[in-house]
Parts: sequence; structure tokens; C-alpha cells
Amino acid sequence: MKLVIATIKPFKLEEVREALTDLGVSGMMVTEIKGFGAQSGHTEVYRGAEYAVNFVPKIKLEIAVADAIADDVVETVAKTARTGKIGDGKIFVLELQHAMRVRTGDVNESAL
Amino acid sequence: MKRVTQIALGAAALAALPQMGLAQDTAPGFDEIGPYIMTTLLFCMAGFLVFFMAAGFAMLEGGLVRSKNVTMQMTKNIGLYSLAAIMYWLIGFNLMYPGDSWIMPGWVGPFFSTTVLDPVGVGAADAALGYASIGSDFFFQLVFVAATASIVSGALAERIKLWPFLIFVIVLTGVMYPISGSWQWGGGWLAEAGFSDFAGSTVVHSVGGWAALAGAIVLGPRLGKYDKDGKVNPIPGSNLALATLGTFILWLGWFGFNGGSQLAMGTVGDVSDVSRIFANTNMAAAAGAVTALILTQVMYKKPDLTMTLNGALAGLVSITAEPLAPTLFGALWIGAVGGVIVVFTVPMLDRFKIDDVVGAIPVHLFAGIWGTIAVIFYGDASIATQLMGIIAYGVFTFVVSLVVWFAIKAAMGIRVDEETEINGLDMAELGMEAYPEFSKG
Repeated sequence: MKLVIATIKPFKLEEVREALTDLGVSGMMVTEIKGFGAQSGHTEVYRGAEYAVNFVPKIKLEIAVADAIADDVVETVAKTARTGKIGDGKIFVLELQHAMRVRTGDVNESAL
Repeated sequence: MKRVTQIALGAAALAALPQMGLAQDTAPGFDEIGPYIMTTLLFCMAGFLVFFMAAGFAMLEGGLVRSKNVTMQMTKNIGLYSLAAIMYWLIGFNLMYPGDSWIMPGWVGPFFSTTVLDPVGVGAADAALGYASIGSDFFFQLVFVAATASIVSGALAERIKLWPFLIFVIVLTGVMYPISGSWQWGGGWLAEAGFSDFAGSTVVHSVGGWAALAGAIVLGPRLGKYDKDGKVNPIPGSNLALATLGTFILWLGWFGFNGGSQLAMGTVGDVSDVSRIFANTNMAAAAGAVTALILTQVMYKKPDLTMTLNGALAGLVSITAEPLAPTLFGALWIGAVGGVIVVFTVPMLDRFKIDDVVGAIPVHLFAGIWGTIAVIFYGDASIATQLMGIIAYGVFTFVVSLVVWFAIKAAMGIRVDEETEINGLDMAELGMEAYPEFSKG
């Protein structure tokens, strides 16, 4: 099993969710986050004073998936979240050791 | 009644003291200067109340948009009010009240005729004592046009760009509203025909509603509001306490809106009529709110606050065309029908995929049409003339609005891009959040 962690632009969330659902992904965790990467923020003006916005709003997805579809999930997130402009986000894939469905006690792939 | 007369006399005497000092031999009596003074006072005070409706609209809209669009909504509100004030001086007031200066008699008044106030320190002998001071009359009328523009801003919230919206406001408040307003209140062809609209169910509210409807159609719904299969997704507002405050402020302002539209306070009859209007206005709002409260409970198993707020406003719009003649019971049922209209037309607009963020079109257009028709039950009007007025205002405002919206769209675009809309207009268009939590990082 793999845990796919992806940061994406907030306005791409719906599109990514739909694409992943079509792929058979049956659940994901979504968090509103702020952070910086290559797109290291910008400046805004408040009452004439400039200030730096160092952290940019993003959406973080955490998706636990079976090994068989992990590559497809990464591919799909990358494809749907891509605008080609700076700040499209990153995808990380981690080895997932264990999973359990709280209600039934099912473990690993049957818990996803 | 007697007490009222004495108070009126006292107030008039106080206000008239300077003039009496200048002309001691022939101190003018109340009959001479009283009506001028009292009506001017009515316009000032009612004007302050209607002015405060700008705050009501701002709070209602600020509460019903998402927190990421609140700074933008407030910017539009202060911008539209202020532009309306300037445009009404520059063109609007004399275009709407042409007097003898019609270009096309009964249809179009003079363009580019700015408003000029009475001279400083005008004396009783110099003033045209038949009505009220120009300053008070101008101010009272200009706060009405601002209300029309506020109606548009609520319907189009969360997706229209700032400057294209403000350009539309300039055309609406400087030209469109004054021209159509002159047909009725300027003594134009509809007034001649016997159309009856006391404080503006049609002249003000429907006009704002038609302009908003045209804008909402050209602009399209917010992203995510309607699925492809036609399912409606609610987009809840950020602060229902603010929306409620806004509604109460509008309700308060409406006493000026309708009460001031008596346009006279110099006699016992006029003062009594103004108070009669207050009582009826309040009753219609209450009936509209209670109706929506009960109807949403029955239809959806839970009362809906935002619909109840809309119900109160629909009651107010409904009574605006004739707030004087009905009995209190008349005001109750006219307002209640307004509440029914809102509860049924809000979902109806959604079926047509017309996205109206605050319910401005049901409240101001549909209840406005109802209120204008309802004049026939208590007032002096015929159904044919009322319908003719409703249609005339509808055709003119809707068609001209469509043309203006399409022209602005072609010239500079009216809608923000997809990413801006989802991130919120506040940060994307203004770089300023209404509720910053993490801005310094």
C-alpha cells in the first residue's frame, strides 16, 4: 500500500476529486494548508504599506491506495492539477505499513 | 390630533425665528412657512434613514457571501453608493425631475444639467415655499437611486469584477434610473396615464431587480452552484448575524423610504398620513417574515433564517407601492403574499440556473411586481394601468441593462477567472482579506 500526499492549487480540488473517483479511489483526506515551494509568495499592499505573503494557500490531499493503482493515482493527480504555471504543487509517495477500518476491524487493502 | 398641531406649530416657530427677526412687522405665520419647513425636515430625516439602507444592504450582502469575498462586497457597496451620489448630481436629478425642461415631453428630460442648491441663507420671502428646499429634495431622491444600485450588487456577488460593476452603476444611476423614474415621479407619461407607485415598488425596486436579472443572466452562475445534471448546491453565507443586522437596518430605513414619500409634512393630515405609513410598513415586513418562517418550516421541516430575512424584505417591497391607503390588516396580507412569493421564487430561479446570491431578484423584482399590482385593492388605480407601468419599466430596464452588460463584457470582461473565483475575490482582486488569520505567517 502507498500513501500519496499531494499539494495542489485550491481551485483544482473538485477536478482532482472527480478524476480520482473515476479511477476507483474510494476516499481521501483534504486539508486547507499554507506553505511555500518554488512559488515563494508575493507582496500585497494594505493601507499603503507593502507586506510579504510568504505562504500561499494550497490544498493537501492524503490518499491511501493499493500498490496496483498507486502509479495511476499519482499520474491522475499530476495531470488534473497541472496548469503549467508556477505553484501547481508537489506529490509525495510513502510506503504505507498498516491500515485498519475502525468500524469492522478489517486490515490493509480491504480497509482502504 | 390637537396635540400634533401644537407640536408642529412649536417646531415651526423655532425654526422660523431668524426670519421673524428680520421682518418683525409681518412675521410669516405657520400656514405660510410651516409646510416648507416641515417638509424639508421630513426629507432630511427620511433621507438619513434611507441613506442608512446602504449600510443595511452592505451588511446583508456581507453576511450572505463567503468570507473570501467580503472585502470585495464592501468595496462594491461603498463604491456604488458614492458613485450614485455623484452621478445623481451630475445628470440624474434634473433628468428625473425635468420640470419644464423635457427634451421629449413625458419621456426624456435634460441631459448634463447638474443640480444647483438654494442660495445660502435664503429668506422666507425668497424661497419657493410651495414644497421643500432643493438640498433636502435632492438628497432624499439620491438615496433612493443608491438603493437601486445596491440591489444589483447583491445578486451579482462573488463573481463579477469590481470596475465593470461600477461602470454599470454609473450608467444605471446617472441615466437609466433617472429616465425611467421621470416617467412616473417626474410627471411623465406614466404619471399622466394614472400609474400609481407611491414609494417605488416598481420605480426603484423592480428597476434594480430587472437590472440584476439581466446581469445575472449575462454573468452566469457561480462555479459549483449548479451541477451538470441540474442539481442545486447551496453556498452558505459567512455570517448570518451580519445578514440579520442588515435586514433590520433595511427595515428601519424603509420607514424613511415610504414615510418620506408622503412628500409633505406641513399639515395635520400629512403628519398623520406619515405615521399611518410607518405602521403599515412595519406590519407588511412583519407579515412577510412570519409567512416565510412558517412556510419554510412546513415545506422543509426546518425554518430557514435567510429565507425569513428575505420574507421581511419582500413584505417591505410589497407595501412600498401603496403604504398609505391600506388598513393594518391590508398591510398584513399584502406583506404576507410578498413572503409567499420569496419562498416559492427563490427555488424557481435556481431551476433556471439564475444564480442570485442574496435573493435580490425575488425580493425586489417579483415582490415589487406584486406590490404594484396590489395597489388596486386599496389605492386609486386600475389593473390595466398598473400592468402597463410594470411592463414599461421591465422592458426598458431589462433591455437597456442587457445591452450595457454585453457592451461592458465585450469591452473589458465582467467575470473573474476560475482560479480567482475559487480563491476568493478578496485576495485575488484586492489583496486584502476581510478576516485575516494567518497573513503574516
